[in-house]
Amino acid sequence: MKKVVSWIGIFLLCIALTACGSGKTNEQGYYNRLNVYNWGDYIDPQVLADFEEEYGIKINYENYANNEEMLAKIQAGGTDYDVIFPSEYMVEAMITQGLLQELDMANLSNFKNIGDQFKDLPYDPGNKYSVPYFWGTMGIIYNTKLVDEEIDSWDALWNPKYSRSIVMIDSARDTIGITLKKLGYSLNTRSIEELEKAKAELIRQKELVKAYEVDAYKDMMIAGEAAMALAWSGDAMLLLEENPDLAYVIPKEGTNLWFDAMAIPTTSKHKREAELFIDYMMRPEVAAKCAAYVMYATANVEAMKLLPEELTEDELAYPKGNIFEKGEVFIDLGEFTTEYDRVWTEIKAY
Amino acid sequence: MVKKALKGTYITLMYLFLYLPIFLLIVYSFNDSRYRGSWSGFTFRWYRELFQDRTIVAALYNTFTIALLAALIATVIGTVSAVAIHNMSPKAKVFFMNVTYLPVLNPDIVIGISLLALFVWMQLKLGFITLLLAHITFNIPYVILAVLPKLKQLNPHLEEAALDLGATPLQAFFKVILPEIMPGVITGALLAFTLSLDDFMVSFFTTGSGINTLSIKIYSMTKLGVSPKINALSALLFIGVIGLLGVLQARIRKIYD
Amino acid sequence: MRKKWLAIPYALWALIFSVIPILLIAIYSFCSRSPYGNIVYTFTWDNYRRFLEPIYLNVLWRSVVLAVQSTIICFLLGYPMALLIARSDIKKRSLMILLFILPLWTNFLLRTYAWMVLLRDQGVINQFLIALGIIEEPLKLLYTNGAVLLGMVYNFLPFMVLPIYAVLSKLDHSLIEAAEDLGATSLEVFMKVIFPLSIPGVISGTIMVFMPAVSTFIISDLLGGGQTILLGNLIQNQFLVARNWQFGSSISIIMISMILVCMAIMGRYREEGGELW
Repeated sequence: MKKVVSWIGIFLLCIALTACGSGKTNEQGYYNRLNVYNWGDYIDPQVLADFEEEYGIKINYENYANNEEMLAKIQAGGTDYDVIFPSEYMVEAMITQGLLQELDMANLSNFKNIGDQFKDLPYDPGNKYSVPYFWGTMGIIYNTKLVDEEIDSWDALWNPKYSRSIVMIDSARDTIGITLKKLGYSLNTRSIEELEKAKAELIRQKELVKAYEVDAYKDMMIAGEAAMALAWSGDAMLLLEENPDLAYVIPKEGTNLWFDAMAIPTTSKHKREAELFIDYMMRPEVAAKCAAYVMYATANVEAMKLLPEELTEDELAYPKGNIFEKGEVFIDLGEFTTEYDRVWTEIKAY
Repeated sequence: MVKKALKGTYITLMYLFLYLPIFLLIVYSFNDSRYRGSWSGFTFRWYRELFQDRTIVAALYNTFTIALLAALIATVIGTVSAVAIHNMSPKAKVFFMNVTYLPVLNPDIVIGISLLALFVWMQLKLGFITLLLAHITFNIPYVILAVLPKLKQLNPHLEEAALDLGATPLQAFFKVILPEIMPGVITGALLAFTLSLDDFMVSFFTTGSGINTLSIKIYSMTKLGVSPKINALSALLFIGVIGLLGVLQARIRKIYD
Repeated sequence: MRKKWLAIPYALWALIFSVIPILLIAIYSFCSRSPYGNIVYTFTWDNYRRFLEPIYLNVLWRSVVLAVQSTIICFLLGYPMALLIARSDIKKRSLMILLFILPLWTNFLLRTYAWMVLLRDQGVINQFLIALGIIEEPLKLLYTNGAVLLGMVYNFLPFMVLPIYAVLSKLDHSLIEAAEDLGATSLEVFMKVIFPLSIPGVISGTIMVFMPAVSTFIISDLLGGGQTILLGNLIQNQFLVARNWQFGSSISIIMISMILVCMAIMGRYREEGGELW
């Protein structure tokens, strides 16, 4: 008994010692720790290991499941994240709240690899605070064995033929957003009237919906248990590979065009190393590795050249032409966000 | 006879109910497809990838470190406090018990949120320490509640006898009282460890940069799909625990025989 | 003996980490909100008034109903189990009870995911039933209230069994023998001796199942398909998505108050102090 206790004691002591190891400057003159806060599974882990090896900086890699959760953490304080990956409307919200640090373009030489159409977008004019990482659209993924008609409109998600076989995304902005599109409104509407109309549509749709969620629908689509689902483009690409019966469409009413960016929050005390990381992430071969792993569209045109052509030529994965004609980008709605939240609660609690 | 068969069936069904999902997790850790929708062949791929994924290994390490440390500290504080509470006047006892019940009754999400509010207010940096403090906080009550009944069953004269025979109070505690209440202490420690290991809500709010636990890792994967690597990990953990249990059980049998 | 002073470290700990945080939440619940969700320290009743809207009361009612249902089912399933374990051979006992705790060592989220695989239209249960010829069309199991209930029962059952087992295993056997000697049937022994003596364990178990059940949000999200909002979803949403800590705090305070009231009522039936096991 005593032996066991003393062994446990020694073990715990060792743990306590390793856990308290703190950062310091390494041989290359960099601070040897970097806190990266990203969406779960949104990077090729190999890329992190390579970075550590090259610069001698150890990366603490942590994940969040949505933008709001990340904001809540940064806003609450008490953290020291160095690099985050917010979506466009969150970049805007964080700039307004003074939660992001200005980037020094002199340290980001690889910014030239980013496609011009992804630069200087309204959510962050002049890319003062963020650089794009991935982008994509939203659309309908459907099973051609269960749906024998051509789908080209959001109306399909309201078709009673597919009752209890439709999956929607469990996120207020996304699901309400495409409903607004279906009704011909802007997905950034600040009109209570339009929002109430969207609410009525979604309540009407509720009895047709199998579930509101973001993950398990993938299993159901592959197994043919759900006829159609609202999906992000990258997920759709991964699913098409798994089941040849599936098809993905960007409806004609237009969709949401989204961008996930890299930025440095004010919580970071090591901006130089954070910029080093961001610049590293924009290297063509690094960005290509991530794009191949995650399957979302990279904003890095040099990286696209390194990817298989059948992927980058795919209209659905990498829509061509003026992408801003096909989709509308979310903007931060400030205080009006509470109205979206109220409407969403009312729909789900209906 | 019928009664015995009925009993057996009931027990079997209950354990089947408990272990069916876990069994399934293990089976799917060998599935070649990334998705749970289809079975596309047998593979060890996820096990290989698991050990290459540093973030998962780190999360696993953190989870166990926190659970062990929290359980250990909570057991010490909890046992000492239980002894103290046991010796209090009834009024003070009721007061302390009510305070002790607070974290038990408080929903996890409220504990998490309120501790986050506290740490931010105290301007503590969120991370390993805050996570540990939070886990100890929700663990202590369970230890106290596990130890107290054992103290109640204790013969009050036992300690007096030890003291009369010349033992110091410390000796009396370690040589007489502690062995008697040991089953309660072990139950408490085990429970504390289990709760820490399985906790998601409280960890989620009280962790900061640098520390990820398994639950948080899994939760954050939900947007892009929980990787079968996690299944592989839980399969390994589970087999490890079963093995440990087998060894323990063999020893227990030896003691009784 | 001045042993009671040993409680000082714990008293301080509880004050700092249990009492003050709740006070903080209580303060937030009376604060106003800035556009980006920052806390403005001006007094308001709005956060409480908002909860009285029918939509939120409806959520409250639904959560309580589900939690009560799952608690009752846990009791019906768990009590016989606790009794059987407590009365089995002492060598087997610790193994049997450990086997009840073990599933908790695999991650809670993963266990819930596993149930999704089991319950799906082409999941294991449906395929099994179809193979046996019991049903022809797959049953709708997942994304129903029943699935949410199942998830709660599955995850919280051990918390019902453990405290009841703890009380039953300590039961003085001479009492049972005395009753039997006096000619009581086994049903009478159970109803008049065993069950009344196990009430403290039942109460602890009830609390430990009801509490997480009324406040969970993951089970309703995953197994309910996000189609019903429970109290836990509401709180989580206020804190993490809507950035409205004030409203989230007020819901938390309302929840704690309700629980404390229930406790006070139950406390009358409890022995002094109370115990879990």
